[in-house]
Amino acid sequence: FQDQAEQFFRSGHTNNWAVLVCTSRFWFNYRHVANTLSVYRSVKRLGIPDSHIVLMLADDMACNPRNPKPATVFSHKNMELNVYGDDVEVDYRSYEVTVENFLRVLTGRIPPSTPRSKRLLSDDRSNILIYMTGHGGNGFLKFQDSEEITNVELADAFEQMWQKRRYNELLFIIDTCQGASMYERFYSPNIMALASSQVGEDSLSHQPDLGIGVHLMDRYTFYVLEFLEEIHPASQTNMNDLFQVCPKSLCVSTPGHRTDLFRREPRRVLITDFFGSVRKVEITAETLALRR
Amino acid sequence: QVQLVVPMAVVFSPGSVPGDLPRPLPFRDVQEMEISVNLRTSVTSRYEMRYRSTTGQEEAALAAATAQEADAALHPLQDTTLGSLTMYVVPETSSLLPQGINVYVGKYRSALVRAVGSLAALQARLREVTQVMSFTASSIAAALSDRVPDGQLSPDARRYLKSSLGYEITFSLLNPDPKSHTVDWDIEGAVNSYVKPVLDKLSMVANFSVDSQILYYAVLGVTPRYDKESSSFLLSAHSLPHVINPVEARLGSSAASLYPVLNFLLYVPERSHSPLYIQDKDGAPVSTNAFHSPRWGGIMVYNVEAPASPQASLPLHVDVDMARVMEVFLAQLRLLFGLSREEVPPEFLLESPGNEGLADWELDHLLWAHTVENIATVSTTLTSLAQLLDKIGNIVIKDDVASEVYRAVASVQSAVTKLSLGHLHAAFQASKEAVTSSERAFFDPSLLHLLYFPDDQKFAIYIPLFLPMAVPILLSLVKIVRETRLHKKEPTKMD
Repeated sequence: FQDQAEQFFRSGHTNNWAVLVCTSRFWFNYRHVANTLSVYRSVKRLGIPDSHIVLMLADDMACNPRNPKPATVFSHKNMELNVYGDDVEVDYRSYEVTVENFLRVLTGRIPPSTPRSKRLLSDDRSNILIYMTGHGGNGFLKFQDSEEITNVELADAFEQMWQKRRYNELLFIIDTCQGASMYERFYSPNIMALASSQVGEDSLSHQPDLGIGVHLMDRYTFYVLEFLEEIHPASQTNMNDLFQVCPKSLCVSTPGHRTDLFRREPRRVLITDFFGSVRKVEITAETLALRR
Repeated sequence: QVQLVVPMAVVFSPGSVPGDLPRPLPFRDVQEMEISVNLRTSVTSRYEMRYRSTTGQEEAALAAATAQEADAALHPLQDTTLGSLTMYVVPETSSLLPQGINVYVGKYRSALVRAVGSLAALQARLREVTQVMSFTASSIAAALSDRVPDGQLSPDARRYLKSSLGYEITFSLLNPDPKSHTVDWDIEGAVNSYVKPVLDKLSMVANFSVDSQILYYAVLGVTPRYDKESSSFLLSAHSLPHVINPVEARLGSSAASLYPVLNFLLYVPERSHSPLYIQDKDGAPVSTNAFHSPRWGGIMVYNVEAPASPQASLPLHVDVDMARVMEVFLAQLRLLFGLSREEVPPEFLLESPGNEGLADWELDHLLWAHTVENIATVSTTLTSLAQLLDKIGNIVIKDDVASEVYRAVASVQSAVTKLSLGHLHAAFQASKEAVTSSERAFFDPSLLHLLYFPDDQKFAIYIPLFLPMAVPILLSLVKIVRETRLHKKEPTKMD
């Protein structure tokens, strides 16, 4: 128990945020929306509230006219798990998911009229999880089939966040082809990154569903979701276990990770430090004597 | 670079003057101390002490029966500017201070100190008092937490609320079992009688807005354990962190404001889980039945007595004792701001602040920390903005962004000057203005680096467009020039 208490105090964060981005549109990119919604579902289940999640979906699959099962997004064939649910809160939808809006959310340089739910109001004690998925290449990620974000821009955005101390620690996960190229250029402290494939490799999709007619999930995120389903808010699983998810035999591509910028050792970093929202609490021992 | 000046008056009552004074009263003395934060940043604290003897009125006030009465009587006679301190030294044998107590810290900005034989020993005791009443090296280091090298500050030093221009406070009543309990809480009355005085006192620090709500069928995330010995339900300390999350999704917050939200929740347990007690680490029930989370807020469990007869009709009407609840919530509010009285030496007696919520010197304590934090934030922001402008050569700075930057620089310089003169109030206001201006400048939507293309990207886009077009144009220009030159030469030849 003493060890558990020490673990709490070692992480140093007081709140958690998540920025989940799906960058592709069109019906055949169903799997990218399903990827993002799976991570959204896990993060909500482990405790992060909607007010602390910025969910960006570039297209609407659940209510797409081509969806044979409307209002659902499945992650597994045989329609076992509906990740859309009935309390999804999408903050940036459809054409609002642009590189500019994404960078504005990260850096905080948002027009004053933006509502609270569309802002990343993190502070220096926030741990942020950033998950991106879509089509990518060596050094870029495609948004909406019309623009792209480069790894240099992303690294600069994280540096702007660090300068203003908008995060305590940041976990960056990307599931695209050649995903490792996106974290090559990071130079700000306290960032840990995971990618589904190395430079020169493609990330493959998992399984098609014959009823829906498209591939439902990407392999890497599918196995990450399986891994996360075993996690509950009090679990002590650490990052080293997340690095082992989806070995080459299952994923065909080689997942990569980067921890040199991170201050703590990965084995001391709990999964719930980023995916959940475990709060530090103190017993209130004093009262204020009031005259009635 | 930053100098914190505390004007202090040390007033000796008759019979308390130490024998080894260097000069006769009154005289001035200065004590400086350096608080080094990291290799490049350090803050010096400077206590400007004025030693003098009591005036007739002060002597009359010190003749009171108890320390509280003396404190109240001395209040109108003191220097009440923010940041200043007055120490009254009473004789060693004085009965004003109870046995075993050497220092009494009042509600305002003064303390009664028991005399000690030598000046050096007295100064050591005075130093202890000033550490409690103004700032310590660790409180300044905590305010500058992002400049302290990692590992030197304990992780829980960074748990207090950050300095902000405003805070939103939300009181929520959680009733998971409306079939058994109809809970009535007079929150408006309680806010007006108990919360408003405290927030009025804190109004100098920030703007506060208060909301309240009632949530039905909101359960805690943890199932409490039944304990046969005490025939009650217990929530253990290590399950507390998981209590908040399921509730938080339903708490909501004002869509318009961007200020940090402090949530205070009052939970009335279900009939089937009553009474519910919170256990601390050692297994003992907590007297307040409440816990809080840094930078978030607090939760208190309010147990409803079982009905006298088991056949009593449900739902039971519950009238919440708001004073008892506010005693806990306001204590939690103080702890969230960092105003704890735990690290005080045992021979100190601190006067309870009463309905005002915090003593004047505690307000000063907050202001010192927030002013230093604001100045550090402004300098970090402006430096980072300057670096951004260096990196992107062709960024466009709008006029209003430029004027905000100038205003921020002027305000932060004024804040540092005022601090070195000992004017805490003016320094704090200037630091607040500096923070507002620098944040407005830094977060201006026009400064997105995406919007400004570096020159090499411009070349990369335009050259492939224009170079292939330019080649035939250039070649035909050359041809035209050659032909005109030939044409000019020919008439002379034909002659």
